[in-house]
Amino acid sequence: MEKDCQKILHRYNAEGGSVVSLLQDIQETFGYIREDVVDWFSEELNVPASNFFGVATFYAQFYLKPRGENIITACCGTACHVKGSAPIIEKLRMDLKIPEGEVTSKNGKYTLESVACVGACSIAPVFIANKKVFGKLTAEMADAMIKGLDKK
Amino acid sequence: MPAKTRTRKSDLKSLTIRVCVGTGGLAAGSQDVIDEFTKQLKAKKIRATIAKKCVNKTGCRGFCAKDVLVDVIRNRKTETYQLISPEMVSTIVENHIVNGEPVEKWLVGPEYHEFHNRQTKILLDQCGQIDPEDIDAYTAIDGYKGAKKALSMDPLEVIEEVRNSGLRGRGGAGFSCGMKWDFCRRTPATPRYIICNADEGDPGAFMDRSIIEGNPHSVIEGMIIGGYAIGAELGYVYIRAEYPLAVERLRIALDQAREKNCLGKNIFRTKYNFDIKIKLGAGAFVCGESTALMRSIEGKRGMPRPTPPRSVTKGLYDKPTALNNVETLANVPLILLKGADWFTSFGTKKNTGTKVFALTGKCKNTGLIEVPLGMSLKEIIYDIGGGVEKKRELKAVQTGGPSGGCIPAEHINMPVDFDSLTKIGSMMGSGGMVVMDDTTCMVDMAKFFLTFTEDESCGKCVPCRVGTKRMLEMLTRITEGRGRSGDIERLLELSDTIRLGSLCGLGRSAPYPVMSTIRFFRHEYEAHIHDGICPAGACKALRQYLVNEETCKMCGKCFRVCPSDAIVWEKKQFAKINKTKCIKCGSCYDACPFNAIL
Repeated sequence: MEKDCQKILHRYNAEGGSVVSLLQDIQETFGYIREDVVDWFSEELNVPASNFFGVATFYAQFYLKPRGENIITACCGTACHVKGSAPIIEKLRMDLKIPEGEVTSKNGKYTLESVACVGACSIAPVFIANKKVFGKLTAEMADAMIKGLDKK
Repeated sequence: MPAKTRTRKSDLKSLTIRVCVGTGGLAAGSQDVIDEFTKQLKAKKIRATIAKKCVNKTGCRGFCAKDVLVDVIRNRKTETYQLISPEMVSTIVENHIVNGEPVEKWLVGPEYHEFHNRQTKILLDQCGQIDPEDIDAYTAIDGYKGAKKALSMDPLEVIEEVRNSGLRGRGGAGFSCGMKWDFCRRTPATPRYIICNADEGDPGAFMDRSIIEGNPHSVIEGMIIGGYAIGAELGYVYIRAEYPLAVERLRIALDQAREKNCLGKNIFRTKYNFDIKIKLGAGAFVCGESTALMRSIEGKRGMPRPTPPRSVTKGLYDKPTALNNVETLANVPLILLKGADWFTSFGTKKNTGTKVFALTGKCKNTGLIEVPLGMSLKEIIYDIGGGVEKKRELKAVQTGGPSGGCIPAEHINMPVDFDSLTKIGSMMGSGGMVVMDDTTCMVDMAKFFLTFTEDESCGKCVPCRVGTKRMLEMLTRITEGRGRSGDIERLLELSDTIRLGSLCGLGRSAPYPVMSTIRFFRHEYEAHIHDGICPAGACKALRQYLVNEETCKMCGKCFRVCPSDAIVWEKKQFAKINKTKCIKCGSCYDACPFNAIL
């Protein structure tokens, strides 16, 4: 951990970073915003940890909990909503056994999250599975999409 | 129609193949198509330029709907194919490229051309013709000439030219771009900054993403001109992290621009220094608001502050800052190059130029369109969009995203420009246009937008933070059939409180979707509250499923798909739905081959 943190700190100093860019680097390296990592930077930079968490909880992009191996992002934009994304999200939530109020399944295999709009409205409803974009998704295609993830 | 005579390979003089690689194209598998073309052509020892065509030109006329789109330009004659998959490539290579006979059945139909002919493309025309990852392609179509011209002028002359063009900010409010620059320039403090706002957060809008993906250099050039005009030496592009492809293309473009001395020290061999940095957004809608965006660039929580002082006098790091939207900046090089008079020849007197819209929802041709300001809504939806899909009836058009409102079908003849939209209680916003038909419930729509604003409220102002929450609760109750009389009045009262008591644009406009749906579709609210029915049949909780015994063929399909064992069925018997067990999921409705479930 120490080594990775040093690397991030070096970049921060060299490029004149900010709390946001620092958190982005932390998440890139560790997968989520780890408390011990934040404490380390807090010591090192003499910035209260509350500052970091204040910023981290403000933005949707930062995660305070570890995420699943496979990340499925559902677009919740207007066009996707109108074209019926909600039932597919509900179905995936049931199929992947993601508990109510959580985004990650208990076995840590899947994370199902939603974003405001990925800006691909003309192929709504849109889902992104491990960075691959699936457009005009139907319930059957969703099954195939999940099978594709399991194969790997 | 090409002659059916078989031509020889030797008459192939030039060949360019353009494949759409926007987010929509890539999702449809355009990379595989490109690879297949490269492979096949190599096997046949044919050399061709395979250019990456951006999503816009043909456009993602939602022709994302017909992706993958492929242009084959053989001996300067262009043919466009639609819905191309890698398996089809070998036939195209053999028949069209080698023998000169286009594969007619895969060519685009007349609706494709109609769609384009009604548009005026001054921005999108460039996207799609050029390779977004190649600066030379941009300079070949007069790219960076506008900036060179600007740098030979006095900054005040540049501002004057932009002001004369009447260019208004494309981000939503429609403030004059020239005036903004002028205010910024007049503030004595230095350094000054120019920021490109590419935090396109409105759900249902993707024009900024497409412009950056398709022609990133036009935005960079616009920033150079703006930076020179206001006297800034550093610019920022604040872009959403949700747009990885746009970020990547922008990075490549910036590197190439630095290499060619379009950015850096003494650009274009003048005394002017200018560079651009990318700042990634971290997923907060409120950061599209100018003061919040600047806090976010500084690395703080992106919360708005009261204005004045406006950002043109006290912006980023408390220095004078001009913040412009992507589309606004992309217009600037053209204005400089072709003159303000050329620009004012498009649109109407107070609304000059064109506007890019993302036409989505339940309309036949969805996609990115560019039309002169002042075109009527009817022309946009019917002539370009091809009307409502499945021949259903148009109910309303939503513009301006969560800050905007709904325009009901009876106002379809209104012109689309900044002032007309504001007058009807909606707004231009960034240019999302969602078409809704009679199966869309307006209360549900208002609820959808409130869910969004409630979630994205930064929490600073109480009326917005608590008000949107209470409003959402009321709307949820109404859509679940638990509405009370007086709810409509309460919603309107709360709307006023939120609108007047919030600091920034998010809060001030958050109630618009509710206000405009009540204004035009009050009867739908009343039907939910008093009669417990959803006229559009969209609110799940208010639906009741029944089996029509006249059309039921006793096949049992509904029985097998029901997840909650609510359907009773035996061979040679009509199916019956047990209402207490039914969870109203609609599976039986979808599964029934005889439309016997009502």
